[in-house]
Amino acid sequence: MQVTAMHFKRKASENLRNEKLQKALEKLQTKFVDGRAVAIAELPNFGEVRDAAAEIRDKVIRSLDRYLLRFEQEATARGAVVHWAETTEDVNRIVAEIAHQHGVHRIVKSKSMVSEECGLNDALETQGLEVIETDLGEYILQLAHEPPSHIVAPVVHKSKEDISDLFEEKHQRPRTVQIAELCREAREVLRPGFLSADMGISGANFIVAETGSVLIVTNEGNGRLTTTLPRVHVAITGIEKVVPTLEDVTTLLRLLPRSATGQSITNYVSVLTGTRGKDESDGPEHFHVILLDNGRSKLLGTELQPMLRCIRCGACMNHCPVYQNIGGHAYGWVYPGPMGSVLTPSFVGLENALDLPNASTFCGECAVVCPVKIPLPDLLRHLRTRQVQQHLRPWQERVALRLWSWMARRPALYALSTRIAARLLRIFSGSEKRFHYLPGVTGWTDERDMPAPAGRTFRDLYRERHSS
Amino acid sequence: MSARENILARIGKARGPGVGVDSDDVIRRHPRGPIPPLGNNLAKRFGEQATRLASDVAPTATLMDVPKIVADYLRERQLPPKGVCWPSLAALDWQGAGLEIESRAAHGDDPVGITGAFTGIAETGTLMLLSGAQTPATVSLLPETHVAVVEKVRIVATMEDAWDRLRREHGKLPRAVNFISGPSRTADIEQTVTLGAHGPYRVLIVIVGGSWNE
Ligand code: SF4
Repeated sequence: MQVTAMHFKRKASENLRNEKLQKALEKLQTKFVDGRAVAIAELPNFGEVRDAAAEIRDKVIRSLDRYLLRFEQEATARGAVVHWAETTEDVNRIVAEIAHQHGVHRIVKSKSMVSEECGLNDALETQGLEVIETDLGEYILQLAHEPPSHIVAPVVHKSKEDISDLFEEKHQRPRTVQIAELCREAREVLRPGFLSADMGISGANFIVAETGSVLIVTNEGNGRLTTTLPRVHVAITGIEKVVPTLEDVTTLLRLLPRSATGQSITNYVSVLTGTRGKDESDGPEHFHVILLDNGRSKLLGTELQPMLRCIRCGACMNHCPVYQNIGGHAYGWVYPGPMGSVLTPSFVGLENALDLPNASTFCGECAVVCPVKIPLPDLLRHLRTRQVQQHLRPWQERVALRLWSWMARRPALYALSTRIAARLLRIFSGSEKRFHYLPGVTGWTDERDMPAPAGRTFRDLYRERHSS
Repeated sequence: MSARENILARIGKARGPGVGVDSDDVIRRHPRGPIPPLGNNLAKRFGEQATRLASDVAPTATLMDVPKIVADYLRERQLPPKGVCWPSLAALDWQGAGLEIESRAAHGDDPVGITGAFTGIAETGTLMLLSGAQTPATVSLLPETHVAVVEKVRIVATMEDAWDRLRREHGKLPRAVNFISGPSRTADIEQTVTLGAHGPYRVLIVIVGGSWNE
């Protein structure tokens, strides 16, 4: 997927003024934030489970190669073909090759954020393949030619009226604004696609080393259809998604749906191992698993390694005051919110996503809700440090900081200049004692007034108190 | 070098020597994580949780009662009295209850799909179904109504218990293990939960072996 993270500031201010988006984002807060709180309260040993989940993910990440090799061995023994991809282009090439090898024309897809990373749909379409997204949200986005704005609820930015307009135009059926009818309409339009597709592409929420299985969680059932009906199944996932055992995956499943949507379990959890047996009447005849690196292995051994624990629940974005106000598109790539602000610079280059590590108030809520205890604010702060070290900050900021540090090391000069500045600002603020406009900080003054300093500095006040 | 070798080399370099040498041992022991407290009436909890997740639950004494329960359920909802069942349930007297049930995998337009279940999981009210020649996965997936028959004695507390039973009774995993917790649903439009997405619109769980409240 194309990276537009460099336009973060412009997109963010546009989105702040977009009333429709603001209304849509409110729903996320009430449904997902409150839903999670209720679901967590219902798990009496939540704290213990969370500690265990973080430890499971950590254990895997510490010796990722061993678990990946075991997964490969078990999956292969059951008839799956395991592919390794260094880059997103590799994934697109491998999928196209599999499609050609099996004479595939039509592909159904269930939601996969890794395939969004790859821009897989476009790549396959240029090869003359028909690709149908089947997750309701992803299907709507495919019709609208838009990227997802949330990793769990990809169309959170659209209202039901938007979707009614879109369906009316694309399906040529009578318009409806009833949500249940819109869902039925999508089911009826997509069902023939499932029944006639030659290939199904899915992601994987986890892959299990013990059994060589791919595990997917879905609510709609499209994930099951995608991996049951077509004769070829391709699962695409990041190398970090491996988990040692079925017990480990069970611990993680106690947290993933609760953190994501406030459900105790998703409607469907499918554990898929190998190909259709000789006497079986359903299931794919060919099963391919693609393991994508795309920058993941480079995080190992760095301060950012804990990010690889992520299980893509979306809780950090649901609870982020920045995401809640600007939505997902502003982040400019597949992964939005705090986790995206760490992943995007890591995968596409810090220089291409300069604003993202700074798009945080450091309120810490993301780290509080993360089911695998990723210290997201620490990771963001680390990326800020790297930006400074690599001289990636704008020259104005660099000059200003250097000037400040030069002054701060000269206390007399510092005291004098702050005293002058405070008095000048006081005088220039006029009778209202506030600024409606200040050059250089219009980002602040466009939205609110800047109160004028009281005219005396902290040192003045301190001296006064201690002399009396 | 191949992508595989490159990726493994990068990972190996970052990993300290000797770290994770016990990975095969961890897998052999497959230790359990913390288990939430669940009380001891498993069948009752299973029924309650399944109901919460919008399944309909009907307890009954014997397997012979199932056709009549299904027939009544469909009639009350004015649903067509026909569909498919797992070959393992073909011997029941469906016809006697006025139902037209074929024993096979499901097609896209079969209205009802009737399956058994490997177990029910009390913690979340979840059905566990294994795919196989006698237990085709499409029957619980394509029809708009899914009926699942669960033996009360086979209900277990947690997914961990279910894995242990699977290891004990089958040794290895079937092609597909499907955990099902109610009718298919979506909340993609305005985060409003709507029952009936791509899978069944309703799930009836018949618990055989006496009332689940006992
Ligand atoms: S960083 Fe944590 S909270 Fe955010 S998506 Fe990943 S697992 Fe969920």
